[in-house]
Amino acid sequence: MVASTATSEPTRPAAGAPLPVPAVHVPASSLRGDLRAVKIVWERELIRFSKDKLRMITSLVQPFLFLFVLGTGLSRLASAGTHGVDLRTFVYPGVLCMAVLFTAMFSAASLVWDREFGFLREMMVAPVRRSSLVLGKCFGGATVACFQGILVLCLAGLVGVPYAPVLLLEIFVLQLVLAFTITAFGVMVAARIKQIQSFMAVTQMVMMPMYFLSGAIFPVSGLPQWLTILNRLDPMTYAVDPMRRLVFNHLNISAAARRALDPGVTWWGWHVPTLLEAGVVAAIGMICLAVAIVEFSGRE
Amino acid sequence: MSEHAPGGGLVAHATAAAAASISVHGLTKRYGEVEAVRGIDFEVAPGEIFGFLGPNGAGKSTTIAMLCTLVKPTSGSATVAGFDVNHQRDSVRRNIGLVFQDTTLDTYLTAEQNMRLHAELYGVERELVEPRMRQVLEMVDLWERRRSAVATFSGGMKRRLEIARGLMHSPRVLFLDEPTVGLDPQTRSSIWTYIQELKAAEDITIFLTTHYMDEAEYCQRIAIMDKGVIVVLDTPDALKASVGHDRVTLETDDDAAAIAAIAERFQITAHLSEGAVIFGVASGEYFVPRLFAELDVPIRCVSVSRPSLDDVFMSYTGTTIRDAEASAGDQRRAATAAFRRSR
Repeated sequence: MVASTATSEPTRPAAGAPLPVPAVHVPASSLRGDLRAVKIVWERELIRFSKDKLRMITSLVQPFLFLFVLGTGLSRLASAGTHGVDLRTFVYPGVLCMAVLFTAMFSAASLVWDREFGFLREMMVAPVRRSSLVLGKCFGGATVACFQGILVLCLAGLVGVPYAPVLLLEIFVLQLVLAFTITAFGVMVAARIKQIQSFMAVTQMVMMPMYFLSGAIFPVSGLPQWLTILNRLDPMTYAVDPMRRLVFNHLNISAAARRALDPGVTWWGWHVPTLLEAGVVAAIGMICLAVAIVEFSGRE
Repeated sequence: MSEHAPGGGLVAHATAAAAASISVHGLTKRYGEVEAVRGIDFEVAPGEIFGFLGPNGAGKSTTIAMLCTLVKPTSGSATVAGFDVNHQRDSVRRNIGLVFQDTTLDTYLTAEQNMRLHAELYGVERELVEPRMRQVLEMVDLWERRRSAVATFSGGMKRRLEIARGLMHSPRVLFLDEPTVGLDPQTRSSIWTYIQELKAAEDITIFLTTHYMDEAEYCQRIAIMDKGVIVVLDTPDALKASVGHDRVTLETDDDAAAIAAIAERFQITAHLSEGAVIFGVASGEYFVPRLFAELDVPIRCVSVSRPSLDDVFMSYTGTTIRDAEASAGDQRRAATAAFRRSR
């Protein structure tokens, strides 16, 4: 009933009064116009996220479960193999990636909601390049996911990881790359899938294997061959491995423990450098982004 | 500019040839086997309020979607604000405002945030965003509510906000697809007030679709669409005149005798409907005195009404618009009723 009172409120002078404002002129397509579009789509993601306090809390549940329940519960079982390193410290880099993975995918899902609630149409009819809309969405999702990653980063002290500024910065950058890639992947999927239920089903089907195969909860050397192959094919592997290396660089642990827990990803016996790993993640993100842009540009 | 002169339809015809705001030639849209729009032609003059009237499924929304560059025509051509919908998509989009049948607002955001988002997407100059927003929000009486989340708005408020947003970038043509559908009568009439005021205040062409007959009267010209074709296109008055007769409704002491007498004296077939004798006749008000003089059945009450657009639709398509609308709804109601009875 708020509505009806608002409807009848007295407001303005008689109609037809001369208008004080000159008519707006919509400029021709320009880079500046497209950049404005990217920025506003990005801003919208942030506004929506900031209004959704519940989501911030709920998306922390999963990392907490893995870190403190699984990590603590299994630590006695695993103590023989960890060379004295806390299992929680070992799984922490994977949990950092996980927080980003789930939040970024959830952000991409909002595109499917936008379609269901009609708002996507408002964006699709605007006289801007579709690529700027897709970019804005990916940047928005990446920013939101990174924010979630920072929340998990705050827990570092609880699992024996030092708050070294260099480490935090390195992790932040890597998280940003991962967040962007996952969002781009989600947006690419969302271009095809029209129903939120199907989108959730598909992403669950993709995310869980991606997480479990990535080496987030086990070292990636000495695995059976089938698992090694799957692990090397999983994009998440190339985010979790460098993340772990960054964390372990700042830990005071034995060389044996380092070798056992942080063996590094190899391709046919060759150790893949950290930067190249990050590059693989970024490249996959760029490919997903390109596909998403093509998908959306072709759409009516 | 501010008033619709009588005979505005003629003026519109004359100027349409010069620089039509919308010009459509042989526009066709086919979805697989179904031909939703079958080669239509029409022109809309600058500054005109042009209405597309017809039942659901007549092809109105498909036509609007093609004019807005949302759907590619199967064949035919159309220009909007001077730009080709097939080849100058962005130019068309820069010059049109759109209000869809279903809401396209972000209900998480406030009214103001929705407006700003639109302004950014359309590249409205920064210093004009605030004043223009104020202007259009005041026009639809939502300025005071601009900081409220759209989720708290009623259906009518949302529709008004969408109209304001569609105007944010000063489009030359505003498309309104069923702007009043699903709203209560009071809100519907207030939406029409806004549209009339808008027409008075800005240099804008308004193209709308509706399936409410009474609303078509607000338009300067109307195209009646049925089964993918334009059945007829003219001013509401001309359309009504073309039906050719007024409707006379009588209450008498003896309806059967009255019907017989009318048939005998005037050779007019009258029929009984809802307890009244009804018949059609040209110039009804001149006919009534004769009726009193020559009919020997006592008359208790008489009324003469001009043909409505309902009558127009009926005479051109052979069916009432409500019948076309109702069939789907009836089936649903019948199913519900059967379900209730079975319990």
